[in-house]
Amino acid sequence: MKRLGTQTIKLENPVSIIDTASIVGKKEGEGPLASYFDYILEDEYWGEKSFEKTESKILYETINKVLQKSKKTSSDINYILAGDLLNQCISSAYAIRDTNIPFLGLYGACSTMVESLSLGAILIDGGFANNVIAVTSSHFCTAERQFRFPLELGSQRPQTSQWTVTGSGASVLSNDGSGPKITTITTGKIIDMGIKDANNMGAAMAGAATDTIFTHFNETCRNIDYYDLIVTGDLGHIGSNLTNNMLNKIGVNIEQKFTDCGILIFDKEKQDTHAGGSGCGCCASVFSGYLYKKLKEREINKLLLIATGALMSTTIVQQGESIPGIAHAISIENL
Amino acid sequence: MDKVYTNNEYKKIVDKVSPNSPIVKNITRAFFVGGFICIIGQFITNFFLNRGASRETVSSITPILLIFIAVILTGLDLYDTLGKFAGAGSVVPITGFANSVASPAIEYKSEGLILGLGAKMFTVAGPVLVYGISTSVIVGFFYYLLK
Amino acid sequence: MSYLTAFITGGIICSIGQILIDKTKLTPARILVLFVCVGVILTGIGLYEPIVEFGGAGATVPLTGFGYALAKGVIKDVESLGILGIFTGGIKAASGGITAAVFFSLIASLIFRAHAKN
Repeated sequence: MKRLGTQTIKLENPVSIIDTASIVGKKEGEGPLASYFDYILEDEYWGEKSFEKTESKILYETINKVLQKSKKTSSDINYILAGDLLNQCISSAYAIRDTNIPFLGLYGACSTMVESLSLGAILIDGGFANNVIAVTSSHFCTAERQFRFPLELGSQRPQTSQWTVTGSGASVLSNDGSGPKITTITTGKIIDMGIKDANNMGAAMAGAATDTIFTHFNETCRNIDYYDLIVTGDLGHIGSNLTNNMLNKIGVNIEQKFTDCGILIFDKEKQDTHAGGSGCGCCASVFSGYLYKKLKEREINKLLLIATGALMSTTIVQQGESIPGIAHAISIENL
Repeated sequence: MDKVYTNNEYKKIVDKVSPNSPIVKNITRAFFVGGFICIIGQFITNFFLNRGASRETVSSITPILLIFIAVILTGLDLYDTLGKFAGAGSVVPITGFANSVASPAIEYKSEGLILGLGAKMFTVAGPVLVYGISTSVIVGFFYYLLK
Repeated sequence: MSYLTAFITGGIICSIGQILIDKTKLTPARILVLFVCVGVILTGIGLYEPIVEFGGAGATVPLTGFGYALAKGVIKDVESLGILGIFTGGIKAASGGITAAVFFSLIASLIFRAHAKN
């Protein structure tokens, strides 16, 4: 039996992440992680007529890049698991329509990258696939117009708001090959802490992150000593702070090994991004760009990656509902 | 696991760790930028009054010119930068209303001239007209009854 | 002198807006609605006219001034047209601003395209 508990599974044959690729926007390319990304856009349009088309192009080009880097062709890939933030996941669908690869579209808000890595690893360990691509994207401008206000509207962003990352990250998972391996997967439950402020996503997601981290430790019988680094997807500064607070309260102290993709990707002071980065592309590009390279170089050997998502839409929030959060965790290790 | 905090306890902690807006700085900026936009309005008013225009004419010319300037600044990608600096200082003046009409128009042009630009133009400013006009009807109604 | 009173009046009205944004988490769209409605009501009960007399453009340029125009227009038309004026007066007085916003925005959107925030 591969199940360790109610939410955690252990892969019988750990799945290799044989290569990754990442493409990010201009602002992300001015941040502290600039040197880790494969390509940085010069402007928000990248030669396209609309931001939606740009986002789709970013995702498409990231797939091409990861195929090229991993020396695979599209016929080697059994499934592509992809998702984004836009209605009906159109960034993914329109990017993938020209690839000729069987496609499963996923939606987990900003948790989608780990959701796709999880399912990809399960497909491979189950013997249903040899190679799978996991990829997600987001674009600041598409997210703003879908979730908030027109770009040229002169309003101040609240201090608690997060900045949607323009970017995409892709990983090729394989049953054959070297590279860091996905070993355990903890699938999150939906946790709703009653937050209604759509400008404080970190707070809405922190409860789910806390629950998933605690459950993961519990069901794997591991603790903080086991890992070199614990990284959440995009809790940002406020959400990370709250997660630390709640974990401390139940006797789990991860502070010294804990960071967040939304904190890593921007320089808070210089780039004026308030509570940090967010979006499907945040965890995807930081993992595929920065964290994967650190794993490859063996600076990190045991990583717990937890992507967090806020499962809301503007419609339901305007109707007065609170914002449910979710967090999925995977451990990635150099074995 | 059970929740670490109840939703009510959590709300209090969230409020505590969430940074507040720098309110003194924001108010100062709003005061100066808002005041400055009104000075421009006063300048236009005085300019036309001194050239013999009637009060009624001037009370139309001034908003029209301010709106023109604000729409141009919106198109040039400058009004959102001003808004980030000034907050309510550039939202509350009539220029903010103009910005709230122009910004969705520019944004939604990509969905076509009719259902994009035309329909979405009032996504932000529409409520202003709906409630402003309706309030004026109510005020007019009472004025009619009481006069 | 008119510049100073305009500056102070406009500055204060905008500061009130800023306090509402920062303290109540009202979005800018709600602020706009609130200010116009407050302007209409204050004019209706005769409290806004003195502010306009003191502040000039400082009171007419903020959106409360837009409400002032709506209310004044309604009152004027009720005087001259009776009950029909309730429906004709408001927009008539604000027509310049509304038409300018619509037409200039239409032209601008044909010329310019949206850009990411800084």
